[in-house]
Amino acid sequence: MSVRSIAIAFAVTTMASLSGSQAAYQGFAGLGSADEGFSVPQPGRLFRFPADHGPHPDFRIEWWYLTANLEAPDGTQYGAQWTLFRSALAPREANGWSSPQLWMGHAAVTTSEDHFVAERISRGGVGQAGVVAEPFAAWIDDWQMKGHAIPGADQLAVIRLSATAEEFGYELYLSATGPLVPQGDNGYSVKSAKGQASYYYSQPFYAVSGSLSLPNGDIAVTGKAWLDREWSSQPLAEDQTGWDWFSLHLDTGEKLMGFRLRDEGEGFTSATWITADGRPDALPAGALKIVPVRTANVAGRQIPVSWNVQIPGRGFDVTTEPLNEQAWMSTSIPYWEGPIAFRGSVSGRGYLEMTGY
Amino acid sequence: MTTWIAATALLSHWRRRPLQLGALLLGLALATALWSGVQAINAEARASYARAAAVLDQNGLAHLVSSNGRPISQSAFVRLRRAGWKVSPVLEGEYRFGATRLRVIGIDPLTMPAETQTVDLGNAEDLLSFITPPGTLVVSPETAEKIRGQTGLALRVSDRMLNGAAFIDIGMAQRLLRRDGELSRIVIAENQRPGLEPLGKLVPTLSVREPNAQTDVEHLTESLHLNLTAFGFLAFAVGLLIVYSTIGLAFEQRRPTFRTLRCLGVSLRGLAVLLLTELVLFAVAAGAVGVAIGYLVASLLLPGVAATIEGLYGASVPGTLSLRPEWWVSGFAIAVAGTLVSSAQSLLRLMRMPLLAAAQPQAWGRSSEKGRRFQVLAAAALLALSGALLLWADGLQAGFGVLGCLLLGAALLLPAVLSGFLTLMQRTSSHALVTWFWADARQQLPGLSLALMALLLALAANVGVGTMVSSFRLTFVGWLDQRLAAELYVAARNEGEADRLRAWLATKVESVLPISSVDAEIRGQSMQIFGVVDDPTYRKHWPLIVGMPDVWDQVASGKGVLVNEQFWRRERLRIGDKLDLASDWKAAVVGVYSDYGNPKGQVIAGINALTSRYRHVSRLRYGLRVPPDQVADLRSNLSDEFGLPPENILDQAALKEQSRRIFDRTFLVTGALNIFTLGVAALAMFSSLLTLSEMRLPQLAPVWATGVTRRELALLELLRTLVLWLATFIAALPLGLALAWVLLAVVNVEAFGWRLPMYIFPYEWIRLGLVALAAAVVSVFIPLRRLAGLAPAELLKVFADER
Amino acid sequence: MVAESYICVIVLILAAMVIALRNLRKSYGTAEGRLEVLRGINLDLSAGDRIALTGESGSGKSTLLHLVAGLDRPDSGEIVIGGRDISKLNERERAAYRRTEVGVVFQQFNLVPSLDVAANIAFHAKLAGRHDTEWENELVERLGIGALLTRFPEQLSTGQQQRVAIGRTLAARPGLMLADEPTGNLDEANGDAVLELMLSLSKGTGSTLLLVTHSQRLADRLDRQVHLRSGKLE
Repeated sequence: MSVRSIAIAFAVTTMASLSGSQAAYQGFAGLGSADEGFSVPQPGRLFRFPADHGPHPDFRIEWWYLTANLEAPDGTQYGAQWTLFRSALAPREANGWSSPQLWMGHAAVTTSEDHFVAERISRGGVGQAGVVAEPFAAWIDDWQMKGHAIPGADQLAVIRLSATAEEFGYELYLSATGPLVPQGDNGYSVKSAKGQASYYYSQPFYAVSGSLSLPNGDIAVTGKAWLDREWSSQPLAEDQTGWDWFSLHLDTGEKLMGFRLRDEGEGFTSATWITADGRPDALPAGALKIVPVRTANVAGRQIPVSWNVQIPGRGFDVTTEPLNEQAWMSTSIPYWEGPIAFRGSVSGRGYLEMTGY
Repeated sequence: MTTWIAATALLSHWRRRPLQLGALLLGLALATALWSGVQAINAEARASYARAAAVLDQNGLAHLVSSNGRPISQSAFVRLRRAGWKVSPVLEGEYRFGATRLRVIGIDPLTMPAETQTVDLGNAEDLLSFITPPGTLVVSPETAEKIRGQTGLALRVSDRMLNGAAFIDIGMAQRLLRRDGELSRIVIAENQRPGLEPLGKLVPTLSVREPNAQTDVEHLTESLHLNLTAFGFLAFAVGLLIVYSTIGLAFEQRRPTFRTLRCLGVSLRGLAVLLLTELVLFAVAAGAVGVAIGYLVASLLLPGVAATIEGLYGASVPGTLSLRPEWWVSGFAIAVAGTLVSSAQSLLRLMRMPLLAAAQPQAWGRSSEKGRRFQVLAAAALLALSGALLLWADGLQAGFGVLGCLLLGAALLLPAVLSGFLTLMQRTSSHALVTWFWADARQQLPGLSLALMALLLALAANVGVGTMVSSFRLTFVGWLDQRLAAELYVAARNEGEADRLRAWLATKVESVLPISSVDAEIRGQSMQIFGVVDDPTYRKHWPLIVGMPDVWDQVASGKGVLVNEQFWRRERLRIGDKLDLASDWKAAVVGVYSDYGNPKGQVIAGINALTSRYRHVSRLRYGLRVPPDQVADLRSNLSDEFGLPPENILDQAALKEQSRRIFDRTFLVTGALNIFTLGVAALAMFSSLLTLSEMRLPQLAPVWATGVTRRELALLELLRTLVLWLATFIAALPLGLALAWVLLAVVNVEAFGWRLPMYIFPYEWIRLGLVALAAAVVSVFIPLRRLAGLAPAELLKVFADER
Repeated sequence: MVAESYICVIVLILAAMVIALRNLRKSYGTAEGRLEVLRGINLDLSAGDRIALTGESGSGKSTLLHLVAGLDRPDSGEIVIGGRDISKLNERERAAYRRTEVGVVFQQFNLVPSLDVAANIAFHAKLAGRHDTEWENELVERLGIGALLTRFPEQLSTGQQQRVAIGRTLAARPGLMLADEPTGNLDEANGDAVLELMLSLSKGTGSTLLLVTHSQRLADRLDRQVHLRSGKLE
């Protein structure tokens, strides 16, 4: 069997949305429906920690998604990504190989010149990959995100993050300087006008220190990081083809999460304004406006690498520029993910993810 | 135009001598046929080993295997993954689907390195159905046919799969084989990132098995293929002798034509090119026929070879043949090369021939005294080399070296020996005609010596291989009687049934002998350890080669173990040597037993010692000792009262019969090749005699003119041929026995690890002699009939001017 | 009764002569049809006669000689030798006739290639049952081939071969000695020497000699000549 079929399998079960292939998405769209015993996010549910840091096997898909904007002592900018995807073939967990849970890890380091990517795929049930809520640990092979919080604190307050691949690796220490932030309606994040939704919370307040291992040597770095936690059973509507997703650290200390799900029409946008002390303000649908400024040829596709992002109601109007236009995740399900900087009404740094191109 | 006319003139020779052309083409075709046939079989078998190794064993990669004989825990795999090692788990075992036993190979498609993922799971749905219940078996089309309806698993047919094996998800494999959490080995991917913690630290109980360029099976079957190749080559060489003699004759006979053509202005170069073209065309035509016959021969023999390989080594080879370029191209190549080699002498002579040389054909194939002496010296050197190899060299190649030197040396010596014999006979005879008979036989010798050498080789191979096979069979049958001492053999379907069976049997039989074994890795070789109870059956019957006097007490106590002969020889073990059988179990070798037909090493230990170290020993199979007259009753009670399926009960007689059948099938190929080789030798003889009969008129005519009838001459010719055949046959006997001895005492030991006693079967020689005699009579028949019916005018031409 | 006595009388008369050829005919099949080689030959030879048979090339000399030697059979006619018509003999009887009564020296390839000179000389004599070592030694001496005894025919020159062939024939002391151009392959001097030997030696054995030659010079040296032209004697 080929890597491709693994990828497709993962795409089917996990993230039809992430799949760049419209055909694949539509071909397997039938599997996207939320029956087959999987739970479906409901509004009004309150997060329970630390349990919700752990996996939710009765939901079809889930991720632990961390992006970091880093800087070397000489001011050189870097980006780092660590993601663990969970995908369930059936809404249950079991010990051993009969576990229906599949895991996929992505790790990346972006410099202005290079973009290093690695991927890991694993079965659940035997311990090769998984997530434990307390003491918190998420891992696949030798990549891990491990909680080191003091007793009583949130499990994700302090974490150690590591990933190593043939060409690159990193070891980062993250400590939260603010609270966990529920997205959408108290964590119920609507993804389409038809009502598709997920459970979604973030920890956007990590201060980072650590080191990157690159082909030219180790580099000490510091910076900011953002963790997204999201799970669902059917994240996208059938006609949605991909998304453009922003996580922005404003120089003011405020944070902005905004995305647009593309469809045949206007698309569906959603955004959360997070104050410097961590209070979320879920903006109404359509409040966020994004317009491509410039596209670049990336991996044979035209991808908008520079954006104009506006929230008129807040007087927010910035233009983003990528650290590296070619931040292409050449994983089995390919997508663009990389650090960006923005200027305009306010400046800052952040991460941009674009799928479905 | 000139070229065309010259070509027509040259080719017209063949129109007038169709028999000669036939002998040339047939000789070449047969030689090519046997060669390419054997090559085809070898290629097919090797391809299937390579495929098996690549597909089933992932042998291109290094593996982690247990170094203490215990199964590998799945946690070792997880530990390695979490330390960053790219590894993938494999669990293998045998499982019965209905009446079909399959080698079930459990894999994890997600971690299996891409380079070994030879089974195409096609798309995501296939992958998902592979890893999710009820699971999928990936099998060959043939296997799918066999097990359809015998399993609840989905079947996925793959042409790349081998018969008798199935891929399945590792999780399903663990459930099917009841080996939860266990692995048989761990595949290590090729590219690992630097800086990983060493394997020795992470998994100290596992050891790395490096990727094998040569698979185990390839190594084991090497001797068989070498054997086949040797036979193919022998047959080819014999066939080439035919070509050599026919081409030599045709060149001599066409000397007047050559002279005329050259006088008419065809250049020597042009003539040579024409002749070369002619030869190459013949070679290609005969090669094509040969390859076609070779394909036929191979497809007839392949099922036998496949059975042999399966019987001896447990490796699966398909019974059908595919047209692989490596053998048919080599078939053509060797046909052309062989033709050119065997015509080189004639071509060279042509190039040196002066324009106005006598167009008189010279007596053909007369070797000089110097050449004869050189031949004897070469023979002596080869025989000496053979002896030296026997004394001082080791290994299978050396064993075949001994054989090759012996055969070639003996063949080269044959003309000198026969010549000596004929000289002696000539000296002791006083009657003019008798004296002439021997003198003439001696004079004919150079022309026949190639054919006689071919005959010697074919006969010696027959005697040698026949003696080897018959000795083996006799030993094997005797050994079976000892080894299969229990009257009934039963197999329970699961441990629960086994417990009930033991209880049920307790009062019904004289003794119950468990047949329990575990797979272990001892001295780096994977093999089985059998556990035996202390029972008089073993003390009385077990076929020990060497052993301490109290060997069975030692075994029962767990301090001593028995090893099979092949392991003993391979490892050069001595009585008293200690073996590491498990991490906490060392035992001394106290005896050696013969274990024919098993390619691997084997150890026998006391059952208590075994089960205390290996808790997962399967205890499903038992040998039962019952008085012979109660076997039938017990058998029916076992199935009727106890409810054991009849196919799980085997009696001794059936088992022996089965073993014997496998044995006989195993050597079917050898027998067939023997016959073929003899046939080619007979053809060589025929062609040589035919050639000689054309050259013999000047030798016969004076005798005829002096008052001997043509019939008498023909009779003497027949007698002379038979005498030469007989002399060669007699010479072949000691050579054949020497060959058999080398096969039994040297080659078998190297190839299989066992040494067999040699028995002599004179009756078989008589049979072979009769077959050879028949072939001789057939080969001499046409030339003789020609002679007897020769018109006097033909004979008289000898005395006239130019013939 | 009358017929029988008549035949007896004839037989008696013929027996008085060594050889009588009567109306001998022989033809061969060729590509152009049948070729009549001998067209009614009649010839009588007395014991001890030494006759030269001459004729053009292709006139049938060798054919006639082969018929007399019992090597071939005529189409019709009689070859009465010593009172028997050898043309009526079967193959076995003819072989016995060749063995015991005739000796032939051909132009070439007279010798048995596998036997050395000594064995060749003794060969016919032994087959004829007239092996006589003393006589053979004398022949060897007279022929001057004493140094060649252990050689094989292929190691001899053509002249030497012919000497040995003559020795081989004379050693058997046949009643009838036939020679077919025995010196045809030799140069004149050598040929004369060989022929001289043959003539003098055959005188000693009292053999009847029929020598086929196309050389008039040679023919003149014999007692009598017959000339063959177009299949008939002149």
